Amino acid sequence: MRQNNSVEFLKEKAIEVRTTILTMIHEAKSGHPGGSLSSADILAALYFDELNIRANDPKWEDRDRFVLSKGHACPVLYSCLALKEYFPYEEIHTLRKEGSILQGHPDMKRCPGIDISTGSLGQGLSVAVGMALAAKRDNKDYRVFCVVGDGESNEGQIWEAIETASKYELNNLVIILDQNRLQNDNICDVVMPSRDMVKKFEAFGCETLEIDGHKMEEITDAFDKIRDTKTNKPFAIVAHTTKGRGVSFMEDVVAWHGVAPNDEEYEIAIKEVKGGLVCK
Amino acid sequence: MQIRDGKPTREAYGKAMLELAANDSNIYVVDCDIGKSCKTVPFSQQFPNQHVNVGIAEQNALGVGAGLATTGKIPFVTTYAVFGSMRMLEQIRQEVCYPQLNVKIACSHGGFTPANDGASHQGIEDIGIFRTIPNMTIVAPADYESAFELVKAAAKYDGPVYLRFTRDAVPSIYKSDDKFEIGKAVELNKGSDVTIICTGDILSKGVLATQQLEKEGISVKLLDMHTVKPLDKEAVLKAIKETKAIVTVEDHNIINGLGSAVAEVVAETGGCKFKRIGIQDQFGESAPYEHLLAKNGITVENIVDTCKKML
Repeated sequence: MRQNNSVEFLKEKAIEVRTTILTMIHEAKSGHPGGSLSSADILAALYFDELNIRANDPKWEDRDRFVLSKGHACPVLYSCLALKEYFPYEEIHTLRKEGSILQGHPDMKRCPGIDISTGSLGQGLSVAVGMALAAKRDNKDYRVFCVVGDGESNEGQIWEAIETASKYELNNLVIILDQNRLQNDNICDVVMPSRDMVKKFEAFGCETLEIDGHKMEEITDAFDKIRDTKTNKPFAIVAHTTKGRGVSFMEDVVAWHGVAPNDEEYEIAIKEVKGGLVCK
Repeated sequence: MQIRDGKPTREAYGKAMLELAANDSNIYVVDCDIGKSCKTVPFSQQFPNQHVNVGIAEQNALGVGAGLATTGKIPFVTTYAVFGSMRMLEQIRQEVCYPQLNVKIACSHGGFTPANDGASHQGIEDIGIFRTIPNMTIVAPADYESAFELVKAAAKYDGPVYLRFTRDAVPSIYKSDDKFEIGKAVELNKGSDVTIICTGDILSKGVLATQQLEKEGISVKLLDMHTVKPLDKEAVLKAIKETKAIVTVEDHNIINGLGSAVAEVVAETGGCKFKRIGIQDQFGESAPYEHLLAKNGITVENIVDTCKKML
């Protein structure tokens, strides 16, 4: 691991991330728990080990960049930023409230630590490409990590962006596909089948890895491997995940894409996530 | 105020970008495979490290530009007005205007200037579209000389700017040492009877109409409203005060362009007599530029008649 943290430490952080996600969405009475929980382990690994960032200097020019292209999953990002003390933890209680730094979708002008405003799907990866290209042109060492959804990958712009990353040999870009197999209306296979995403990333010129996006060892191993790989290609990690992961009644349920848990559901959910992930 | 043969304003864009890049390594061009038409090929050759070509992928081009801007670059995302204002529109709203990133959208083929290309390539709605997006600035230079200066002004301006250029040659009005400020109209002629306000490539018609009217003893105030947003409201208010009527002229749909912007000021202040000349809410076709304008009443004769009827 980049900072020599233990896998156990990151698993603990993932629990804190999940409890924070649920708390903020429950209090806001709206938000997107499913896709936030599916990417919680990935973001915990990024924010508590892999990313080279400074919470006390969010705009540090040599920092690694993070782009949440699937912007509706921002509770997971806000949770990481809150736990890293980019802003006081108490801010989580203001999610989606008037005047809050924690808008319904990420706003870089309001919230420290947000590298680009996102929310309209399919657009963040292009911005990540621009950031990675700037690093190359300026001979800077920072890297850019971008989390993309599988539903989001219906958008053609995602593939335009990957072609550009390959053309400009952006080996400082890591695309992470949160493949939770569900989207807003239904399961992806019904709405718009993604087919073989590994083959697609490879065909578009990416050095592609495939992992279980909830096994912390696999996530950190993938990051280790990427750091050790000499290539001119951009990296893609296809992370197989479960929407709503960690809360039994939310897992793999389309309906939990964009609704908040009520008081009773929240209490059960918090108890479950505090126990950590149950292996499948 | 003399009209001379001029050049396409897209050529001024290409030339200004070379001057800008020579002095600032943060100046970038993001092309979409129409660099040849948008006159950015010399830039790509002289400044390859500041040039990106993403192919025929406008939405992505805008995003790449936004990403570059987050690191302090000043990208000019370059395409045609139709694509710049529509194909990449929602990306501009989300990734440039909302976060107020320093990205310029530089578009050739504004209005009817790509005359022979037909309606698909004639960007006649662009100004109206961008007027409705918060934080956007809209600049439509009238000729080669002012385009050259306004590109440089846009590079200095911190924030989103839409620049509208012409495909074909347009007459020159300005001298190469004239100065321009974004958001400030240029008064080309002082007058007390009627005000003609133009934007972009049809300013030369405003000049000819002014000369014709003055010959007939009518005193004309002529304004070049090169920046449609933010509109120079003070200049419009002054025109309301100093003259009896205002006529706007634009190579753009009659809805939500310069005329609408001026009308809002006129209506809300009690105003004066007012008429708009522009494209009559209809698409163009493959035809000579002057014919397309004439079919929509965008002629010197109609400007003159419209002014006279209001006095």
